[in-house]
Amino acid sequence: MNKLISAGEAVKKVKDGDAIMIGGFLAGGHPENLVNALLNTSTASDLAIISNDTGTTELSIYQLIKSGRVKRIFASYIGSNPETGRLLMTGEAKVQLFPQGTLAEKIRAGGAGLGGVLTPVGLGTVVEEGKRKIEIGEKNYLLEMPLKANVAFIKAQKADETGNLIINGSSRNFNVVMATAADYVVAEVDEYVKAGEIDPNDVTVPGIFIDNIVKVGQ
Amino acid sequence: MNKREAIVRRIAKELKDGDVVNLGVGMPTMVANYIPDDIHIMLQAENGILGVGPNADQEDKTLDCIDAGGNYVTTVKGASYFDSSFSFCIIRGGHVDVTVLGALEVDEKGNVANWMIPGKKVPGMGGAMDLVVGAKKVILAMEHVSKDGAPKILKKCKLPLTAVNVVKTIVTDMAVIDVVPDKGLLLKEIAPGLTVEDVQNATEAQLHVSPDLKVIHV
Repeated sequence: MNKLISAGEAVKKVKDGDAIMIGGFLAGGHPENLVNALLNTSTASDLAIISNDTGTTELSIYQLIKSGRVKRIFASYIGSNPETGRLLMTGEAKVQLFPQGTLAEKIRAGGAGLGGVLTPVGLGTVVEEGKRKIEIGEKNYLLEMPLKANVAFIKAQKADETGNLIINGSSRNFNVVMATAADYVVAEVDEYVKAGEIDPNDVTVPGIFIDNIVKVGQ
Repeated sequence: MNKREAIVRRIAKELKDGDVVNLGVGMPTMVANYIPDDIHIMLQAENGILGVGPNADQEDKTLDCIDAGGNYVTTVKGASYFDSSFSFCIIRGGHVDVTVLGALEVDEKGNVANWMIPGKKVPGMGGAMDLVVGAKKVILAMEHVSKDGAPKILKKCKLPLTAVNVVKTIVTDMAVIDVVPDKGLLLKEIAPGLTVEDVQNATEAQLHVSPDLKVIHV
């Protein structure tokens, strides 16, 4: 059992038109090496990116979004990546913004096989445009549909051979739910160990969700 | 004391021992500096920390412990980390006692606009919509009028809304105002040296003056 591959091999699986989830919150828990490989060694285009914030100007995701290869973006906050804001303003890419909890729950619903999420968040705002409203009891909710992707790139501190991950601190963020909601999931890690070297009690994401591991520096 | 310090000092007095509090980016974050010594609160960061402490020293900085503004922070005793889905379960499930956010506009129905200016600035809503809908108490920290002197407390918000009927208390450099459902705005406190007329003249919405009107004490 060995899920270890290089970042270059991982990004070869990305095809034109793919939707890619990218974990992280700003620079925290962001899979920089995978995104850098996608930017520099892949030519896949017409991509959709699903990311909480599309990173910051110091990260490769900024260059990727600037490259013209990204045509759709799903995010909650884009103030840290002015290029995403520019694409939204000019219409060069279709940028859809969601309340952060709604984005997380849409992805969770995708990963958990749910038919959607009902939430009052966004009622009475532009977020409700084009969405079904459902009344339950005396309360109104918006129906938010599940979100899945072809590929997810996530970041963890440590992986074992079975793909079990330990993600430290606030780097858990979107990495955990994104691991559940894509056809092909790659985790970029700082440490890679044998099966059995991670105590099952300490596992943040079970290895069943992880297809490949990329070790930083290799 | 400048305007912003006066605002955040007054808001700090609204917090109660044991409160779980989420502070927005910018001026609301400053509230943390003025929490009374006898009050113990837990600060939540939407990216996955309950128990945010002071900013980290240079040697303690890690991307595994950042707040929602991307600042390197520490944690307090009893803190915990979790992923985005869990974090917004805390926020949207009604487990946050108080959220303090900035605002571009607020109106007499407790509607708030604080996430975009069409054609100018669309940074995204981030977690703001989730917070104002999910938190038990929403306090706005804002300067009473805009830079050019125009009222920001309106009869009806003009900018795209963040949520409807959610604001409980508005704290400005001129006044402390409660939103009373079906009644409107209740002027509870005014800044030293101001008259009720001064505050009303700087406010588009009609203010109802509390019979127990006080001077703001910070």
